[in-house]
Amino acid sequence: MKKLLKRPGVQAFVASIICILLGLLIGYIVLLIINPQGATESIFKVIQNFFSSKRANLRLKNFGNTLTKTIPLIMCSLSILFAYKVGLFNIGAAGQYVAGACACLYAALGWGWSWLPCMLLAVVVAAIYGGIVGLLKAYCNVNEVISGIMLNWIGLYTANTILSNVKETASPYTLYLDKENPAALLPNIGLDKLFNNATVTIAVPLALIIAVAVEILLNKTRLGYELRATGLNKNAARYAGMAENRNIIMTLMISGALAGLGASMLYQTGYMRWECTQSSVPAMGFNGIAAAFLGGLNPIGSIFSSFFIQHITDGGSNVNTNFYSSQISDVISSVIIYLCGFVLFIKLTMNRMISRSEEKKGEKN
Amino acid sequence: MESPYAIEMLNITKRFPGIIANDNITLQLRKGEIHALLGENGAGKSTLMSVLFGLYQAEEGTIKKDGKVVKINDPNDANALGIGMVHQHFKLVECFTVLDNIIMGVEPVGPLGFLRKKEAREKVLALSKKYGLDVDPDAKIEDITVGMQQRTEILKMLYRDNEILIFDEPTAVLTPQEIDELMQIMRNLAAEGKSILFISHKLAEIMAVADRCTVLRKGKYIGTVNTKDTTMEELSAMMVGRNVNFHVDKKPATPGETVLEVSHMTIASKRHNNNAVKDVSFKVRRGEIVCIAGIDGNGQSELVYGLTGLEPLTSGKIILDGKDITKASIRKRSTSGMSHIPEDRHKHGLVLDYSLEYNIILQTYFDSKFTSGIGFLRRKNIREHSDELIEKFDVRSGQGSITTARAMSGGNQQKAIIARELDKQPEVLVAVQPTRGLDVGAIEYIHKQLVAQRDAGKAVLLISLELDEVMDVPDRILVMYEGEIVGELDPKKTTQEELGLYMAGAKRDEVNV
Repeated sequence: MKKLLKRPGVQAFVASIICILLGLLIGYIVLLIINPQGATESIFKVIQNFFSSKRANLRLKNFGNTLTKTIPLIMCSLSILFAYKVGLFNIGAAGQYVAGACACLYAALGWGWSWLPCMLLAVVVAAIYGGIVGLLKAYCNVNEVISGIMLNWIGLYTANTILSNVKETASPYTLYLDKENPAALLPNIGLDKLFNNATVTIAVPLALIIAVAVEILLNKTRLGYELRATGLNKNAARYAGMAENRNIIMTLMISGALAGLGASMLYQTGYMRWECTQSSVPAMGFNGIAAAFLGGLNPIGSIFSSFFIQHITDGGSNVNTNFYSSQISDVISSVIIYLCGFVLFIKLTMNRMISRSEEKKGEKN
Repeated sequence: MESPYAIEMLNITKRFPGIIANDNITLQLRKGEIHALLGENGAGKSTLMSVLFGLYQAEEGTIKKDGKVVKINDPNDANALGIGMVHQHFKLVECFTVLDNIIMGVEPVGPLGFLRKKEAREKVLALSKKYGLDVDPDAKIEDITVGMQQRTEILKMLYRDNEILIFDEPTAVLTPQEIDELMQIMRNLAAEGKSILFISHKLAEIMAVADRCTVLRKGKYIGTVNTKDTTMEELSAMMVGRNVNFHVDKKPATPGETVLEVSHMTIASKRHNNNAVKDVSFKVRRGEIVCIAGIDGNGQSELVYGLTGLEPLTSGKIILDGKDITKASIRKRSTSGMSHIPEDRHKHGLVLDYSLEYNIILQTYFDSKFTSGIGFLRRKNIREHSDELIEKFDVRSGQGSITTARAMSGGNQQKAIIARELDKQPEVLVAVQPTRGLDVGAIEYIHKQLVAQRDAGKAVLLISLELDEVMDVPDRILVMYEGEIVGELDPKKTTQEELGLYMAGAKRDEVNV
């Protein structure tokens, strides 16, 4: 048992599960404090999410919705974890996500491009946007967190300005993609029929493939070897003649590309439109941080953690509004997401407990 | 009757999972004596001191103070008993003054919480006068010499009225002259009735200053001897468990053509406005070991950084094997035949969280042997190569190639680096303090490897702070002082004393190389 617990993979998994349970518990306590009557019912609604739908095909459709929103979250968490493995905290993923959204939406609505060029443009623009953070870090030694946060805001208002050109006159939202330019919608490859939901697209298998690709890139390639060495020990990487600055820029570009692709994979499904008056950076990039940590900083783990976080968030909208105001869903899911960040802390505590019990055993023998 | 011992550690046993760090060790410190604690790395010196300071609890054994059994549960208990320690790495706040550092934690305060610095200053000045500890109480730590920082640490102990003073390898950072001063201070302290425990592995210093010496080896108590009645040879045999050949066996050098030529190298310092390396020129030929000697911080590190490409030169020229590499990248220098055993194996030499095999390929991972055309690592080749070097260089680790470098002992980490750097078949090997922190067995091994490189017709540039190493290993010695080469010596003709004078800047020649 102890031996099993010592394996890093098992540890990451157990720590993630503990975080989830703790988050649910605290969420439940919050519900109890606000109104004890509906608490139990509501917390189950949160956990059930689409399972609580009565009809089978509605259940499937809601599952599809959760899936569609999970995809950008997977991409954002891949973006975060990729940079993190190289020793960079790319909080600017949120801004790179915005840059990607802006690029693909404008290309689709303003220029009438079809889906693939739109998607590629989103990737390129977001990669360049991430590259700015990298350039500042590599050549001016500006901390990537600071420049990332600033660029998040610059990105948001730039996107609002640019996308105002393609918005509906009567509302702050951009035009409907499926009406203006259906060619820019991602192909469904039959998934829409399977899920009874037109927003389930090629993005789903693509995201899974990219997660595996990131895993391979990090662990089996020369580039991954270099990048991880740089992240683990910058000085040793330099000593070994690795181009440290180039690696930093490249990492943030790849990280940005992943986030930008995530945006394209959401906005090009037609599930959501951009609100040109929004005054806060979309939370997707930030939730990616929680998903990356909850997934044990493993690309494959990210798939599951992202799904779970999206599942809880969607489930939160099912709580009984007779007892709670509608914002309660956000409170619950934030508590859980917040706790997700504690994975590393719990891993540390677990290790300490294991080594302490071993020391005691050593004393007895 | 009053006990003659200030502190006694009797039959101390401390186990860790898998090893016995201290196995029935007895250490008795007499009042007013200087008692040396001698042992190699891993002999159990640090564990024993941690037990004394209450950082670890011994499973067996007792500690007595003035003949009475005491229980030390944490460092506060140790302080209360008057035990103080000067750590190898000083625990000082750089931007505070000497006085502030001394009173830190025991500040004299008035009823309203205001500091009473005047009181403290008087006490510090009185102490410094009494024991001959020359310090300026108002100087900032960052502005004073290492020797003065050490005196501040000693004053910290005295200010707290400690009776038992522990010095952990105090001479490692000092110049020969500062070492003499420290020895005198220790004698003064002992004469005033303080009891001193002096942890070291430098035999000459122990013979010079200590009254008695307790020797540990691999966690076991070997014995306690009077230094008057013993010799350095006897002490070293006790420490290592066999007679050590201090002398490095080597044939006379047969130098060939010049491989590395440095001319007028100047490198700016990161710490101060002066240049760290000033107009340095030298040559290294095939089949010889040239050693750059000097006290730590006289520009040796910067010289190596400039040579290997980690820092740019302000001016000067480096020729490697006929090619100008002054502006070449680190990678280019490495592939043109320069190997570098770095000064700090944790900072530069290894990616500690990588496996041993990944560290073995750190300088060659891009080679087509290890990376396929489209950029995938050839894991099978990497494993084979690593297994081969582990075998050839006798690198020992728990799980072979897949062991995390962090989990290996210092000696084996160093062996892994040496394996990697020598396997590249370099024309020039730059070895910076290659034996730092290693035990005698590993030191012998590394010296043999350096000599083998030389005998294979390669050039070796050794940078060392250890006088024994400087005297024994190289064929030529260049002494560096304040960024300049101040002397060229023949190790066969010079003495440690003469070398010391050059290192301290008391003597210099015009060197034309």
